[in-house]
Amino acid sequence: MDKARKQELSDIAVKIRMGALECVYGGNSGHPGGSLSIAEILSYLYFEKMNIDPKNPKKADRDRFVLSKGHTCPALYATLANRGYFSTDLLKTFRHSDSILQGHPDMKGIPGVDMSTGSLGLGFSASCGMAKAAKLSGDSYKVYAILGDGELEEGQVWEAAMFAGHYKLNNLCIFIDFNGLQIDGDITKVMNPTPIDDKFRAFNWNVIVIDGHDFDQIEAAVAASEQSDKPTAVVCHCIKGKGVSFMENEASWHGNAPTKEQYEAAIAELKSQLGGNK
Amino acid sequence: MKLSKKYELGKKIATREAYGDALAEFGADPRIIVLDADLSKSTKTANFKKVYPERFVNCGIAEGNMMAVAAGMATTGKIPFASSFAMFAAGRAFEQVRNAIGYPHLNVKIGATHAGITVGEDGATHQCNEDIGVMRTIPGMVILNPADAAEARACVKAAIDYYGPVYMRYGRLSVPVIFDEDTFDFEIGKGQTIVNGTDVTIAATGIMTASAIEAAKALSAEGISARVVNICTIKPIDKELLIKCAAETGAVVTAEEHNIIGGLGSAVCETVCEAKPVPVIRVGIKDVFGKSGKATELIDEFGLSAKDLVAAAKAAIALKLK
Repeated sequence: MDKARKQELSDIAVKIRMGALECVYGGNSGHPGGSLSIAEILSYLYFEKMNIDPKNPKKADRDRFVLSKGHTCPALYATLANRGYFSTDLLKTFRHSDSILQGHPDMKGIPGVDMSTGSLGLGFSASCGMAKAAKLSGDSYKVYAILGDGELEEGQVWEAAMFAGHYKLNNLCIFIDFNGLQIDGDITKVMNPTPIDDKFRAFNWNVIVIDGHDFDQIEAAVAASEQSDKPTAVVCHCIKGKGVSFMENEASWHGNAPTKEQYEAAIAELKSQLGGNK
Repeated sequence: MKLSKKYELGKKIATREAYGDALAEFGADPRIIVLDADLSKSTKTANFKKVYPERFVNCGIAEGNMMAVAAGMATTGKIPFASSFAMFAAGRAFEQVRNAIGYPHLNVKIGATHAGITVGEDGATHQCNEDIGVMRTIPGMVILNPADAAEARACVKAAIDYYGPVYMRYGRLSVPVIFDEDTFDFEIGKGQTIVNGTDVTIAATGIMTASAIEAAKALSAEGISARVVNICTIKPIDKELLIKCAAETGAVVTAEEHNIIGGLGSAVCETVCEAKPVPVIRVGIKDVFGKSGKATELIDEFGLSAKDLVAAAKAAIALKLK
């Protein structure tokens, strides 16, 4: 990826972060920490990689995306809005009773959402169903999903991992946001799901461990997924709350809305990161 | 709906057998995918697998994953039939059915076999007497509980032709064929009057419909005119028919192989109370867990026989006369 393109994607990731915070601030509730950690992955998928058309959100041969950790939908909504699925003006209506932007992704009401998620583990299984369906009918679209590291504590995740490994769903590529924190704190203290990479390897997956904020590494992982005869799990080392200094690595920002002062400080800090001033 | 004639009247066939037959019979549509969780010989989805092995997906013993996998498939335009025992389809995987299938209103069909107490010897852990109740509370979920093999097969065809989530309840026990497939007309949401009568209505569902017919004959011998209506679609329930029956006969008995809480009895009470209040007596499992035993013994022990329906019909009529 050339330097200029990387800079563009990086700026988009910053805008996704700003939009995600606009959601959580506007809704006065939501999940900022895990939304900020997945901005580069979403930026790469929606602005560089996926075969999609915001004017035709349901086109049959589109690549699919499932946000299995549905609580971080502020980042997804900001991505979809910036990509042209709906107006960025809607972001501030997040979680309002008259808004389409539900507290967790709703495929019936939100253009560009491929699966309703929010109950952890469920989206991962659904992404396996999409990938298996494509195999059954010989369709060539790809399925991408983002899971949380805490989400791996759900038993259903391993039922799905077994399914995808068994059926060699190499059209499925999942990103695991390995930021190390869940609501109640350090994932290794709440219910340790590590080692993540070895577990997926044991379920017959192609596993790649990367820095989830590095576009070159994200791109290389996706390219490698296309060469594999197995499903690919990209274990992404990420920083929860990435980009906002007072939110970074703080479990308390998992599900808290910022005050006006905190919101303005966060937006100012993010704005300063636009244009390569990271 | 035209079905190829197959099931002989009076012959005993389990509704799950008809489920498997129907999947094989109507499975030519390439959108249909049949999923199972390691029970294909029992759920009879193996019948489909024989004909269309390329569209049979075994999910292993992982029902929650199977339901959400089916949901993912449905988002791509497939018509998945996810099959397991009712205990696991409606019970273990309730949350996945609710959130992944019901909430997005996806076109998934759930084939739940071995429902009710007549699963028999496997005992209480496998006797799902709650499934209608839990499925009924999911908005938009269609619930079909066929009375015999003919109706069971019609349910599959109707589910294919209908867009949206459908829960189909099938049994393990062989039960007599009561519908003549030459004249049988099945429609989701419509009940049928099988026996005409004026003193009391017995609204029956699933394998209890045959017992209700038997009960009506016994009542007739005692000079009591009982009407029998078959309610295969528990949701959306045939309000028009039930209200008409309540108005015309003035008393209702419900008959189901399910807990008296949450199933047909509850649905009929809700319907009748809001429009034409009349006495309703519910025959079903009396809010207790089952136990191991022969299905036929359990039917008697848990109060689900034709004799129990006769007693309930008399009790309902007595309440009417007060």
